Amino acid sequence: MSKLFSDENKAAFTSPLNVNNPVAVQVLGICSALAVTSQLKPAIVMGLSVTVITAFSNVIISLLRKTIPNRIRIIVQLVVVAALVTIVSQLLKAYVYDVSVQLSVYVGLIITNCILMGRLEAFAMQNGPWPSFLDGIGNGLGYAAILIIVGFVRELFGFGTLFGYNVIPQFMYEAGYQNNGMMVMPAMSLIIVGCVIWAHRAYNKEEVK
Amino acid sequence: MDHMISLFVRSIFVDNMIFAFFLGMCSYLAVSKNVKTALGLGVAVTFVLLVTVPVDYALQTYVLGPDAIVMGVDLTFLAFILFIAVIAGMVQLVEMIVERFSPSLYASLGIFLPLIAVNCAIMGASLFMQQRVTMEPTNAQFIGGFGDAIAYALGSGIGWLLAIVGLAAIREKMAYTDVPKPLQGLGITFITVGLMALAFMCFSGLNI
Repeated sequence: MSKLFSDENKAAFTSPLNVNNPVAVQVLGICSALAVTSQLKPAIVMGLSVTVITAFSNVIISLLRKTIPNRIRIIVQLVVVAALVTIVSQLLKAYVYDVSVQLSVYVGLIITNCILMGRLEAFAMQNGPWPSFLDGIGNGLGYAAILIIVGFVRELFGFGTLFGYNVIPQFMYEAGYQNNGMMVMPAMSLIIVGCVIWAHRAYNKEEVK
Repeated sequence: MDHMISLFVRSIFVDNMIFAFFLGMCSYLAVSKNVKTALGLGVAVTFVLLVTVPVDYALQTYVLGPDAIVMGVDLTFLAFILFIAVIAGMVQLVEMIVERFSPSLYASLGIFLPLIAVNCAIMGASLFMQQRVTMEPTNAQFIGGFGDAIAYALGSGIGWLLAIVGLAAIREKMAYTDVPKPLQGLGITFITVGLMALAFMCFSGLNI
């Protein structure tokens, strides 16, 4: 049991959450991080889907890592990921149809999410299934964290709601408060992610070169 | 013909891959440090798009779509796997061509050339194409034939090329500006792209 949660394994799980965050530090998987974050709910669903897919594709590739010929490994990885994404996309359509419509093509684009390929190449090809699983979960959650921050800011200031419920009290609107329409526009997500990266780097000065 | 031209112009300016959908961001941010390399990658992406979208269109129409092979069979759920296989194959081909004819470009693109395979812009264009095939024919975004698919692919590629060359040019100039330390590099690049996207939003009312 102690081996399962050794320091190395713990590091594989925790470092992507902050110091090695896939979005803020390694700048991977930006495309979907920007496009699905105008509201909190699709951002959370997207973050969870990516976490699940990263974890399981890491496990599968890590189990296969000794049998995959080096020359065709990219294709093998892509097929494994594409199969998992197909499953997740069908599940989303079955259980949370409205969110799956909102996410539109971005569910399919998880296949080309660089976080997945990056983790498969850098971690799962060298490590056993259990550390790979933790690494996948850690990276997925690190990605989800950024999505949730951006989604929170954009929904709160853009629509005045969280999860679709009004949180800005009515008297504020009567006093002249207005929702910021700019936040709803796609361009603002870029600027918010830029600010998140700024804050993250200012906070973790020594760790990030 | 009118529809093809409108589709072409729309996909450059209104439905720009970068500024409207944020597709292909990873390589967009990483390879935009100088104009020459950016141009090379932009051309490679345009070329790959130009080949994969029509091929995927054919797959969608004659193999995957509802009632395409056997009546009552809808294979659309296989689209992800088939599209990505086509893309990976095409990228392999482009890689060999570039290596043969322009070794210097091959060296400067480095890892980002094989990574075109996982460039969201390529996969995204195919998935959008799949969505647009099912739209109403009166819709400005409708794709109803090979011509439309080619116009859409070329427009998207050129839009991407325009965006990456523009950003590279700005970043070359920005090397001389005084940016706060933690904001340097990535942070400021994001904010620049955000401002460029705001500028491109003025095209969103364009009606052709």
